[in-house]
Amino acid sequence: MTAQTKIASAFDPVAARADFEILSKTVYGKPLVYLDNGASAQKPRQVLDAMRDFASSEYANVHRGVHYLSARATDRYEAARRTVQKFLNAAHEDEIVFTKGGTEAINLVAYSYLVPRIQPGDEIVLTVMEHHSNIVPWHFLRERQGAVLKWVDVRDDGSLDVEAIDAAIGPKTKLVAVTHVSNVLGTVTPLKEIAARAHAKGVPVLADGCQGAVHEIVDVRDLDVDFYVLTAHKLYGPTGIGALYCKRALLKSMRPFNGGGEMIREVTRDIVTYADPPARFEAGTPPIIESVGLAAALDYMQSFDRAAVRAHEHDLLTYAREGVRPFNWLRVIGDAPGKAAILSFEADGMHAHDLATILDREGVAVRAGHHCAQPLMERFGVASTTRASFALYNTRAEVDALIAALAKARKILG
Amino acid sequence: MDDSLRELYQDVILDHSKHPRHFGKLEGATNTAQGHNPLCGDRVTVQLIVDEDDRIADVKFEGKGCAISQASASLMTDMIAGRTVAEVEQVMGGFLNLVKGETVEGLDEDDRERLDVMAGVSAFPMRVKCATLAWHTMKSALEGGETAVSE
Repeated sequence: MTAQTKIASAFDPVAARADFEILSKTVYGKPLVYLDNGASAQKPRQVLDAMRDFASSEYANVHRGVHYLSARATDRYEAARRTVQKFLNAAHEDEIVFTKGGTEAINLVAYSYLVPRIQPGDEIVLTVMEHHSNIVPWHFLRERQGAVLKWVDVRDDGSLDVEAIDAAIGPKTKLVAVTHVSNVLGTVTPLKEIAARAHAKGVPVLADGCQGAVHEIVDVRDLDVDFYVLTAHKLYGPTGIGALYCKRALLKSMRPFNGGGEMIREVTRDIVTYADPPARFEAGTPPIIESVGLAAALDYMQSFDRAAVRAHEHDLLTYAREGVRPFNWLRVIGDAPGKAAILSFEADGMHAHDLATILDREGVAVRAGHHCAQPLMERFGVASTTRASFALYNTRAEVDALIAALAKARKILG
Repeated sequence: MDDSLRELYQDVILDHSKHPRHFGKLEGATNTAQGHNPLCGDRVTVQLIVDEDDRIADVKFEGKGCAISQASASLMTDMIAGRTVAEVEQVMGGFLNLVKGETVEGLDEDDRERLDVMAGVSAFPMRVKCATLAWHTMKSALEGGETAVSE
């Protein structure tokens, strides 16, 4: 109980809940228990207000007009870039490229960085726990350019052995692409050591931070990864925007991915020259209102003691892990030490979709399926899992609701 | 408990899903198709023996899936065995109406009664594809296709 009191004094989830109007809704007459945060997090009023206020008083296109509003909008857009820079502790603001999400950021690295550098037989090292967004772009290179995907397994508890990564990196390896936090297992990967090992062999590292940026405190300079990817909608921000961090020298060496307005220096009938990064990689009108929403979301997260938030999420995970322990018909998948607040499991004789349907009618929203991680499902010999993923606004009472709903599902389906 | 939940997971459904009829491999199948629901990764294989009178002489299915998809597949095999292809198409049409919550047409009283255990699915739009997977796969097998994807 002492630990609980200590956590409560540093971070109060109940107070934070008041910022999220949707959390007070009911579904099927039951209080909503939203545990599908790994898919997308809810948005606090601070984010929604910031977007509405900006759109109602300062909105115009960016980097174009000489008029007042265009200057204001450009200021806000570039300020959002600095907010992301500070959030990741990047050295320079021009190391942050806005994208439409995590998927586009990884595709940007595939097309702008790797496509021109890869020869048939060259290798890309990745783990079996990657999300499809950090698999399919590399499959494109396999299909189209003869790249070889080198898969690194995880241990049975879901943890990743840095030696296994190291062993997979050979003279033909052109990139290590690895998640920071697994969206299924919650495993936190040893990114800093992975980067050190890869760099010792001259290989850059891409970290998929779509979950990592939510649950971990990210310092890209300390981790020393070359690319770090995040998406706003899992960070309590809007859909339609994400960001790629890329080291300055690397980014300067990369050719553009999308062509269009705002990314050029000069266009004639015969030639085109490109703007410097990050504009070079932001063709077309960017997600402007969303950039303000993303900045507000990051400000919101940083308005709390993030270590205390992390401790709170970890408490929820531990509490849930203990809560399901008496269910001998339930198998948790992913028990890596220090994992983030994501709990995946399968249940004897109960398909994930049936389980999720019954939980849903109890007001408990979870994800059921393969979680866009089919190689991982294959690794653990399951077709699908049920996943509860926690956010800063979840409470122990909601974990109790999850456990009660699971017991009910067992009664109905068992 | 929620009435719609009770109707969805009624005993007949759970019995079909736990003890599926016509489950396994069919020797001498004339028509085979595999179905896949990309949403959940569920797969089903439907095998048929269609005789010269266009009658389903035998049928079996295999696969892994949720209670709804397994029960629906099991019920389907029970209902189509021994029927003509034309009759099967009529039953399927009525079944699709039923699970989508539409007016059911072209079913006689007996078929209607047997299919009625699946009516609860219509209250769960996200689960309709689970119920229809085996049926679409069966239709694909009849048409000579090899694969079907839940629509």
